[in-house]
Formats: sequence, C-alpha cells, structure tokens
Amino acid sequence: MKVVLQNVTKIFPSRNKKSKESVIAVDDFTFTVPDGKLVGLLGPSGCGKSTTLYMISGLQKVSGGKIYFDDDDVTDLAAEKRGVGLVFQNYALYPHMTVRQNILFPLQNLKGDDKLSKDEMLDRATTAARLVQIDELMDRKPSELSGGQQQRVAIARALVKMPRVLLLDEPLSNLDARLRLQTREEIRRIQRETGITTVFVTHDQEEAMSISDLIVVMKKGIIQQIGKPQDVYDDPVNLFVAKFLGTPPINVFEGKVENGALYIGEDAVLKVEGVEDKAVNVGVRPEGFVYDPAGPLSCKLTGIEVMGRDMSVVSEKDGKVVRSIINSDVTVDPTLAEVRYTLKPNKVFIFDKTTEERIRF
Amino acid sequence: MVDNKQQWKAWLYLSPAIILLLVFTVWPIINTIRMAFLDGYKGLEAAGGATFSFGVQNFVKVVKYQKFLQCLGNTALLCVLTVPISTLLALFIAVCLNSIKALQKPLQTIFFLPYVTNTIAIGMVFAAMFNIVGSFIGTQNELISNAGIINNIITFFGGSNVNWINTGSSYAANIAVMVVYIVWNALPFKILILLGGLQSVNKQYYEAAKVDGTSRSRTFWRITVPLLSPMIAYVVITGFIGGFKEYSSVIGIFGQSMGPANDAGRLNTMVGFIYDALSSNNQGRASAAALILFGIILVVTLINLYVSKKRVHY
Repeated sequence: MKVVLQNVTKIFPSRNKKSKESVIAVDDFTFTVPDGKLVGLLGPSGCGKSTTLYMISGLQKVSGGKIYFDDDDVTDLAAEKRGVGLVFQNYALYPHMTVRQNILFPLQNLKGDDKLSKDEMLDRATTAARLVQIDELMDRKPSELSGGQQQRVAIARALVKMPRVLLLDEPLSNLDARLRLQTREEIRRIQRETGITTVFVTHDQEEAMSISDLIVVMKKGIIQQIGKPQDVYDDPVNLFVAKFLGTPPINVFEGKVENGALYIGEDAVLKVEGVEDKAVNVGVRPEGFVYDPAGPLSCKLTGIEVMGRDMSVVSEKDGKVVRSIINSDVTVDPTLAEVRYTLKPNKVFIFDKTTEERIRF
Repeated sequence: MVDNKQQWKAWLYLSPAIILLLVFTVWPIINTIRMAFLDGYKGLEAAGGATFSFGVQNFVKVVKYQKFLQCLGNTALLCVLTVPISTLLALFIAVCLNSIKALQKPLQTIFFLPYVTNTIAIGMVFAAMFNIVGSFIGTQNELISNAGIINNIITFFGGSNVNWINTGSSYAANIAVMVVYIVWNALPFKILILLGGLQSVNKQYYEAAKVDGTSRSRTFWRITVPLLSPMIAYVVITGFIGGFKEYSSVIGIFGQSMGPANDAGRLNTMVGFIYDALSSNNQGRASAAALILFGIILVVTLINLYVSKKRVHY
C-alpha cells in the first residue's frame, strides 16, 4: 500500500504565552511512499522527521494537508483505526508482560469480525516471533532481554497485526555499533520478506543510505531532497544535503569561478564551462581526490591514517582540514610537506555562497 | 573503610542520634516486652517495691477479656472496609486527575487539604455533619430540633432522619460514619502516591496501546494497574498498618466515650484498649495488648507482601 502525504504541515503552538510565535515543525510536506518500499526520513534533530512519522501514525494531528493510504483519506482517522504498526525509539515494551504477552497484546484488542481464536493468536504471534528470530525468548520479560532483542520484540509486536504500514522511530539509536549493523540488515530482511510499506526515521545518514529504497532528507521541517540513496549522494541539490551525507564528510572550500576555471585558493583545479564568474563554495567528496604529484591542488600534509583497504590523508588548505580517501596501492611519503591532487569532476560540487544551492557545470 | 584510629570520631558524631534512639525507641520496646511478661505488672506497685513473677498471665487476661475481642473486631472491620474502598476511590480520582489538564493543580491541592488538617478537627466537623440535636422520641422525625447536614440532605430528598451517632444509634450506622470519615481522611495520601506513580509512567506505553487499538478499560486494567502495582501495594500495606492503629478517628467522632452515649466503648479499637489499660495503671496488660497488636500487624503485612510478590509486576 502506498502512503501519500499532500502538503502536510504541522504547527506547534508556542509554549511561551507572551510570545505568540508558533513553531512550524513540518512545512508543506508532499511525498509519496511507494508500495512495499523502505523509506528513510533523514535529517538532524529537530528537523520534523519524527513529527512526520507520528502524523502518519495518527498519534499527532496534522495542522494542514492530507494523508492518504492508497486512496483512503486517513487525515482525520484516529490512530487505532489506521492499521499502522509503530516501533518506538525506546521500544515501549510493556515491562510487566512476557515477550509472548507483548506480541499477543495487539491481537487481543481485535473485535468483531477480526476477532481471532486463541490458537490463531498464538499462531500469528509465533510466526511474527520467528520472523524476527526471537521465538526462543517468548517467556522472558523485556528486562531480561538485550537491547537488540527488545528491538526485535517491538518489531514483532508491530508486525503481528499485519499492519498496512510499518513505522520505525529511530530504530537503531539505542543499540551499540556492532548490533546496529546487524539489526539494520535484519530490518531490511524483514521488510523484504513481509513486503510491508515501511517508513523509518533516523539522523544517521549511513543507516538511512544502507537500507533505504528511498531517502528523504529534511532540514527545519522542509524537504531538501528525495531520491535513491546513491543518487542523492552523487547529486546533492544543495550544500546541506552534500554535507549531511557521507562519512567522512564532504570537504568544503572557499573558492571562485573565473574565466571558466574553478579555483580553490590560488589553484585552478577544474575547468567549469558555462558558470558565471563569482565566489563559490566548493565541495569535494573525500574519494574525489587523486594523489598526483603533478596535480593542480596543493595542500599542506599533516598526517596519514592507514585503514587497510584504503587510507585517509589529512592535510590542510588555507587553514581548513582536508580529508581524502586514497587507495592504499598508492604510496604517499608521510615526510612530504605538501601533497598534490587532481580532482575527479563528478565528485566536485559547486554551491552558491548565499543560497547554498548547487551550481551545475 | 574508616581508619580505625578515626572511628571514635564517627561514633562521636553519631552519638546524639544513637543515644536518643536508645532512650526513646530501643529501651521502650525492650521494656514493653519485659512488662508484658511480668504477671499483673502495675507501674505504681513496681515503684513501691513490689516484685512480679515472669509468666503469660497478661496475655491470657487480655485474650479472655470480652472488651478486647470487641476492640479487635471493630479494628479489623474498619480495616477490611476502609482499605479497599479508599484505595479504589483514590485510584479512580488519581486517574481522573491525571487525565485532565485544566484545573489539575487546584484540584490536586483541594484533594490534598485533608492531609494537612488536624484529625480531631476533621472528626468534629464530621460529627457535626452526622449529628442530631435533640433525640428521637415517638416517630422518627419528631422532636429533632437541629439535624446535621447529612440528615438535612436525606430529608430534602424525601427520606427520614437517620440516627447516625447519637444515643440509640445502631452499630451499622456508627460503622458507616466511621468508614466515610476514615476513607475521606485516608484519600489524600493515597491520591498523592498514585498520582505520582501515574505521572511517572512512560506516555509511550499509552501511545503504543493506542496505535494497537486498545480499549480504554483494557488499557486501564492491563497497563495502568500493573504499572502502578508497586504503588498500589505500598498504599494497601500502609493502609492496613494505619487501619490497625485507628484510634483518633473514633475520638474525633464520638469523643472519649468511644461510642454513642448509651453504649460507651462500642467502637473502641485496639489502640483504645491499650490506652484504657494504661489509664487504669495496668501497664502489664497494656504491654501484652501492644505486643498482640504488633503481632497482628506483622502477620497482615507479611500476607500483604506475599500477595503483592505474586501480583506486583517487576
């Protein structure tokens, strides 16, 4: 089932009674979550991504706009009638119930025609538990489970009622680094196996990039860019998106365009056709540097971090730290005072200084 | 670990508290046990040089005493009636208070007022509310010159006056008044504890329940009550302990006679029995009764703890 958000806006009234200023948490959000896809809402804290998720769930009312599940207008439908599964950031497992009771709980709420027999409920619960691989922990209490296991129980509880949409609020933020990698694969697998349209919220770009079919990058309640993770990474529309995606982050230089050439400091690094002459911000992805003793860009070498597969060369350009990822087949003499690079044109982005919008060349 | 040479300093600093505790808490407990097991112990005679032999005569006397059984019955009845009623009522009010936004603070203050009001003063107001001045002679509504507010309300709705606490009143009416008064008096503390518990429950449990389409009553019984169970257990246990020590509430309503004028002592309680024994200089009997009361409270509390271990979640 697809989820359509049409001009969805959320305005929180000001808490301070004196200033009448209200906060626009989500501003004119229009977007379609395609059927059966996994979509990541990505942005720094306070960008309105969780609010968007809660509006889809129905726990938050919209201030304006419409939400459709397929063709049904659910804008004014109460949360319990939308048939969504929601996984909370801290899981919100009922601490006094066992894993089995937690997973059964949504099924026991069903009434009328949907009412299930005890055996059917147990069947469904066991299936859901198997899907997330916790069927051996059914008699434990949440406090006896690790973070990752609690997370799975929460997902099982959300899945057991066969929701039309699965919503995950920062699903990995309470897990340690190793578990995070494992669990995000898990989420991807579960989503693929069930084919449920899934929306999840994260501030971790790596998480969003690694498992989403589509990512929505948000800033201060406004959508910046929507697309496949690789497309957004390769083709950011503005400086914010370019900076937000990628580890290590993109290197940003003060630069200028003069007579069809792009300058970083005094170095003419690239030919850029059809761009008017002006001062610009230049973003270069770490993997966009090619070590080349005859290259146009010169930086002061400060250190080399070897990471096995490749290495990270740390240098300085006009007082700014430059981090580049170089294939470790190349040897860089760490005693050099200066390193020189050529730049890969498709890894270099130019942004307007004031609007921070991308200038294409 | 404190340096051995420095330990005397620690003891020095602790000594004021320890000495006070020894004199006013530890010694009286030991002395109570001693007096309870000295047959027929009377303080005045002991001061005059009389000696008493060890034995269980005091306990035998107390248990055989008709009045003692009456006091025990009154106390147990009041406990059994007031603890569940006040707990359920407090839970209901706390949930209501927790679910409203406007007026929550002022209402909280109003509900808390009885807690900071003197028990005897409250008792006198209740006595006035249930009181009648004059007496029933002839038919029920005759010769009552001045009924309390409760009887005024009853007659306003077409009922006839009830003799709640005056001469000739029934035991059931007396107990009813006591229950209303004790419950009302016990509510604020319980509401405060339960409301505090409710406010510390993570709101996400309710959001999760809402998304899953849980009905209100199911949310209450399956989520709110279990999550509140530690507070409920606490309130019930302290309620029973307080209930067995009930005394001043009876004084508040009935005064020193501990019952309607024609049947003094009818509503006497365990603590009242102990005071009576003391005032007739029977310290031995009073001590024995105090130890019995201690034993009862201990057993009831152990039962409570045992039940709550099974019922209180996490």
